[in-house]
Amino acid sequence: MNQSTITRCVAALLLGGAVLATGAQAVAPAEILAGYSAQAGAPPSPARGQQLFNTRHGGEWSCASCHGAAPTQAGKHASTGKAIGALAPAFNAERFTDLARTDKWFRRNCNDVMGRECTYAEKADVLSWLLALKP
Amino acid sequence: MHPFPRLTMRRALPGLLALLALAGAALADGGDRAARLPLLPKYQQECAACHIAYPPGMLPAASWQRTMSNLQRHYGTDASLDPATAQELTTWLAANAGTYKRVSGQPPEDRISRSAWFIRKHDEVAAATWKLPAVKSAANCSACHTQSDQGDFNERNIRIPR
Ligand code: HEC
Ligand code: HEC
Ligand code: HEC
Repeated sequence: MNQSTITRCVAALLLGGAVLATGAQAVAPAEILAGYSAQAGAPPSPARGQQLFNTRHGGEWSCASCHGAAPTQAGKHASTGKAIGALAPAFNAERFTDLARTDKWFRRNCNDVMGRECTYAEKADVLSWLLALKP
Repeated sequence: MHPFPRLTMRRALPGLLALLALAGAALADGGDRAARLPLLPKYQQECAACHIAYPPGMLPAASWQRTMSNLQRHYGTDASLDPATAQELTTWLAANAGTYKRVSGQPPEDRISRSAWFIRKHDEVAAATWKLPAVKSAANCSACHTQSDQGDFNERNIRIPR
């Protein structure tokens, strides 16, 4: 075992420990946005994101039906009434810190509201708008 | 510095705690035990975002299996999961299904709220009460059972909204 193998082993152990401790790897909302924008191949537009969020797309619900038109506050599930924590990261530190969770909810909710999944560009638009909402 | 003992402790501790919680719950109330089963953390995480975590014991295994294989069309909403998580939850639900003492047969729409025992137990609730804005649906257990997010459906903790 040479020096670099040992270093690599230690690094792997530390990483493993971090993953064990947190369950999932935490990321920052800005990193998720950067990922979506890169996939979209174009810069995001907060104005388009707001528009998408607050309009209905042929179905019964808009995003705002559950999250509120100002997702800086808690929302309420449109059919079950259960409280939903604020969506804008500046008002809820847990938001957009776990890519798998974020992707899961985008998939489900875009499907409910638009009858299809959102594109990377649409997800980047919405997230860029949410990130622009500050106290 | 040996990593193994710590790792083992980390694995063993949650198991020990779960066992202790189980023993405590069993001692505390024999009758309610089925409803107060300690929930799998993943079940709590995945199945309590839109409503309470319904007690696994209140539906038969076949109902849970059908529910879990049709999450994309789940009572008017998309509740789809990745296959590995869905499989893990299905296994756990099936293993803990049907333990509530009155469960018999598969209710319509695989709804707890349409089980024969449920209708019997709630026959004193007025029709107008189910329609209150604060209730809206019989599936909204927590509107009346104030501790139902803890698996507690005891009469003591019922408050009917007005
Ligand atoms: C029928 C209700 C409903 C509608 C409509 C809805 N959502 Fe959601 N959304 C939820 C619930 C419930 C959660 C999870 C709440 C929680 O984590 O506590 C959620 C979570 C999310 C998350 C997860 C954020 C994170 O990383 O924690 C995103 C992103 C999201 N919604 C976006 C949208 C968008 C975009 C729309 C419109 C296309 C939309 N939602 C419409 C109910 C809804
Ligand atoms: C995206 C939101 C959402 C998620 C996530 C979700 N559900 Fe539901 N669930 C609903 C809605 C909406 C209803 C219908 C409520 C009503 O009729 O008032 C429902 C109803 C149910 C019912 C029937 C309740 C009754 O007795 O009438 C069961 C059982 C159920 N869900 C199980 C689950 C399980 C198991 C999971 C996790 C795999 C899950 N749900 C995750 C939205 C969700
Ligand atoms: C509108 C209010 C309301 C809603 C909503 C409601 N319940 Fe009830 N529940 C009651 C009342 C009232 C009783 C009867 C208590 C009694 O017998 O005195 C009861 C009794 C029960 C009992 C029997 C308790 C015992 O000690 O015998 C169970 C179990 C139960 N409910 C489960 C549920 C579940 C599960 C849901 C959601 C799927 C639900 N309830 C929704 C009001 C409600």
